[in-house]
Amino acid sequence: MSRLLRAFTAVFLLAASVPVFGIDSQPPFPDAAEQARYEVLIHVFRCLVCQNETIADSDADLAADLRRQVHVMVAAGKSDAEIRSYLVDRYGNFVLYKPPVETSTWLLWGGPFLLLFAGLVVVVTVVKRRARMDETPPGDET
Amino acid sequence: MWPYLKFGLPVLVLAALIVLFARGLFLNPTVVSSPLIGKPQPGFSLPRLEGDGQEPFTQTEWQGQVALVNFWGSWCVACRDEHPVLMQFAAEHAVPLYGLDYKDERAVAEDMLSKQGNPYSDIAFDASGDVAINWGVYGAPETFLLDRHGVIRYKYIGPLTPELIRNDLLPRIRSLEGER
Repeated sequence: MSRLLRAFTAVFLLAASVPVFGIDSQPPFPDAAEQARYEVLIHVFRCLVCQNETIADSDADLAADLRRQVHVMVAAGKSDAEIRSYLVDRYGNFVLYKPPVETSTWLLWGGPFLLLFAGLVVVVTVVKRRARMDETPPGDET
Repeated sequence: MWPYLKFGLPVLVLAALIVLFARGLFLNPTVVSSPLIGKPQPGFSLPRLEGDGQEPFTQTEWQGQVALVNFWGSWCVACRDEHPVLMQFAAEHAVPLYGLDYKDERAVAEDMLSKQGNPYSDIAFDASGDVAINWGVYGAPETFLLDRHGVIRYKYIGPLTPELIRNDLLPRIRSLEGER
């Protein structure tokens, strides 16, 4: 095996190995469906201390406490909507990792489409102008 | 029209972006406004940090009064920074200031208060931090201002400063005390 190939293999193996995070210390649910629900829910809520992480990914104390709350509520048979509103009532919509569409977030959700539209306008104008240039006979060009 | 627009538009867009980003630079993203403002305080029943441990501490403690509730912990560095400010506040003003010590160790908290003084009228001890979550607390210290009816009227996240107390908190307290 050539040196280069060995180096590439090493890089590939390093890139493919996912670091193992042992963050969540909540005991697993006996019921697989509840466990799945819990796993989904902890990826829905934002940790307010390290704001760019969900409570599933965050190692902060608050995230651990919020995971515990979610765990308790799932075990108590609360619905997803009830758990969601429990946290939103206390921490506001900011606790939702995916912000809901409302008046204060329309620019966030609509912005990409606005930019796309602006781009389209530019493309159409440029194409039209070029088409007009092509129409003029070669002899007319000065 | 077109030549003006051709040069003016990019300048306008650039100016708008500069304003937008400059504003973004001066916002504090770590302060999240609480949806609990204007809502009745969440109820609780906790043991006291000090005392004989007989009678539980509940929100009825400050019933009928304009009161401050300060969530803190001896583990929290910013709370230790805030502590002298609270001591001074308690010495100068008759506004009831209650402490909610959360996720703490009793011995460490008691030791801190015995060495640095106790600014609180009384302290509830929330070992699990459940009450803190119920109040939407995410970063100690947090200070809640309650009106006579136990409605949360204001919340400050982070350590209080003498300037903030003078310019912001005291006027709010006076106006609430003026309410019936």
